[in-house]
Amino acid sequence: MFNPNPRQLAGIKAILFAACLLPLLRLGWGAWNDELGANPIEFVTRSLGTWTLNFLLVTLTVTPLRKASGWLWLTRIRRMLGLFAFFYVVLHLSSYLWLDQFFDWTAIGKDILKRPFITVGMAAFMLLVPLAATSNNAMIRRLGGRRWQALHRSIYVIGIFAVTHYWWLVKKDVALPGVYAATLGVLLALRVLWRYQEKQKLRAGAVQRNAPGTVIPITSKR
Amino acid sequence: MLINRPSDIVPSEITPQDFYARRREFIKAVGGLALATALPQSALAGDPLRVTVKSPYSTSETPTPLKNVIAYNNFYEFGTDKEDPARNAHTLKTRPWTVSIEGLVKRPKTLAIDDILRLAPLEERIYRMRCVEGWSMVIPWVGFPLATLLKQVEPLGNAKYVELTSAADPATMPGIRRDVLDWPYTEGLRLDEAMHPLTLMAVGLYGEVLPNQNGAPLRLVVPWKYGFKGAKSLVRIRLVEQEPKTAWVRAAPREYGFYSNVNPEVDHPRWSQGSERRIGEFLKRKTMMFNGYGDQVGQLYAGMDLKKFY
Ligand code: HEM
Repeated sequence: MFNPNPRQLAGIKAILFAACLLPLLRLGWGAWNDELGANPIEFVTRSLGTWTLNFLLVTLTVTPLRKASGWLWLTRIRRMLGLFAFFYVVLHLSSYLWLDQFFDWTAIGKDILKRPFITVGMAAFMLLVPLAATSNNAMIRRLGGRRWQALHRSIYVIGIFAVTHYWWLVKKDVALPGVYAATLGVLLALRVLWRYQEKQKLRAGAVQRNAPGTVIPITSKR
Repeated sequence: MLINRPSDIVPSEITPQDFYARRREFIKAVGGLALATALPQSALAGDPLRVTVKSPYSTSETPTPLKNVIAYNNFYEFGTDKEDPARNAHTLKTRPWTVSIEGLVKRPKTLAIDDILRLAPLEERIYRMRCVEGWSMVIPWVGFPLATLLKQVEPLGNAKYVELTSAADPATMPGIRRDVLDWPYTEGLRLDEAMHPLTLMAVGLYGEVLPNQNGAPLRLVVPWKYGFKGAKSLVRIRLVEQEPKTAWVRAAPREYGFYSNVNPEVDHPRWSQGSERRIGEFLKRKTMMFNGYGDQVGQLYAGMDLKKFY
């Protein structure tokens, strides 16, 4: 089974890091060459939103992938993916505040209160902030693995809010939001299934806390 | 036809913009005489139109560049992305094309599009266009008042509304195969709105035959209402007594009303209607009541609660 040594892992991370920046580079390139269409501000805001959602879902795919492949090291790239989701949502929000609304705080306040898709998007963003703030070894140590894990389960709610945000903002054609909703549905259903299986195991007396079903923080005291 | 070229290629796609402009000058100079005597036998997208009247209804604002007007469209019959119509609408066949004008009229008629083009002098009308999604353009349309067409058929006394129906051909309009809307697309106006001199039947823009993605060969333009009221690729105009159920009202009655006048006071759940982004501009501008056409159309709605009749 593939199990990278520390140098290989560093290499994988470097390549992944560069790849995660590609969507942003593409936008920069498009803006520079005036290739973002008739409404470039809308294009930028939407593209950054799409990539936020993509990164959220990819982050949620890491654990299923790890379980399917047995590649335990996958957990060690999860933090980077999650932080990129946050990176893109910060850009997405900035694009809305700056390019779209040009810091018209009255309009922004009204939007957050009156337009349901913005309200739920904002809620998703607020919930992401503590996750990003605690995505480092020092915070994991301070919180303790268990509390850290409990906090980071809010990613499931964030995923639901994010898809709802997308669903509510389209005018009529919900085909693409539907694909995202279905993907999220599968990813969340897997969690429910694992919980159920774990309970079954517990009941059977085979208590094994560190079975692959348990999410282990990247660095914990254990 | 002056220039032979496949109808499915938009001229600006194959010709740089400045050359394109000069080419139009050339056409005007050389072709002016020929065109003055007869319209092209079969006008296709991109062919020049003879525009004889500069309308006093035109705004002096700078028109949105042609490349944006023909690349950023809502025309769900060709897909729901803004870029889809420009990509897909080349399959639309605009000849032969007939429009039937029927319902509560004295003389129902089915007119061929080339006869419609000869019905009245073609005017250039530079109108603001405000989309319900919060963006706007300034478009130099070519057309004639809808009233001209309606007078041809002599509406009866009990005709109160006009229902306009777009083509819905699954073979040439790929979007029809998906049920995002209840096809065919229909729109409606009150008869006095339809007879208003600002209400336009557009057959072209920027001096040329309407590109397919903008609603060829014949579309409605109502500049004081949100853009979706301007039904495209029309095949039927029917005069009726009851308020017609339009496609968007059927789809989401709480979001879209029959009137759909541009109104910064009435918000849509998804888009604040207080401001808009003019395509090509960075900062948003304030949206004007009736899209700035209040002086001309305000009296149509005297005494009506426009928050209720949105
Ligand atoms: C986790 C948080 C978020 C995710 C995953 C997300 C995702 C998305 C997605 C997928 C789109 C649609 C892209 C498309 O149509 O192709 C979008 C659009 C949009 N988002 Fe978000 N978003 C988030 C947070 C926010 C926040 C906090 C705001 C503002 C307060 C916001 C404002 C918008 C706006 C205004 C649009 C529509 C752009 C337009 O149509 O012009 N989003 N977002």
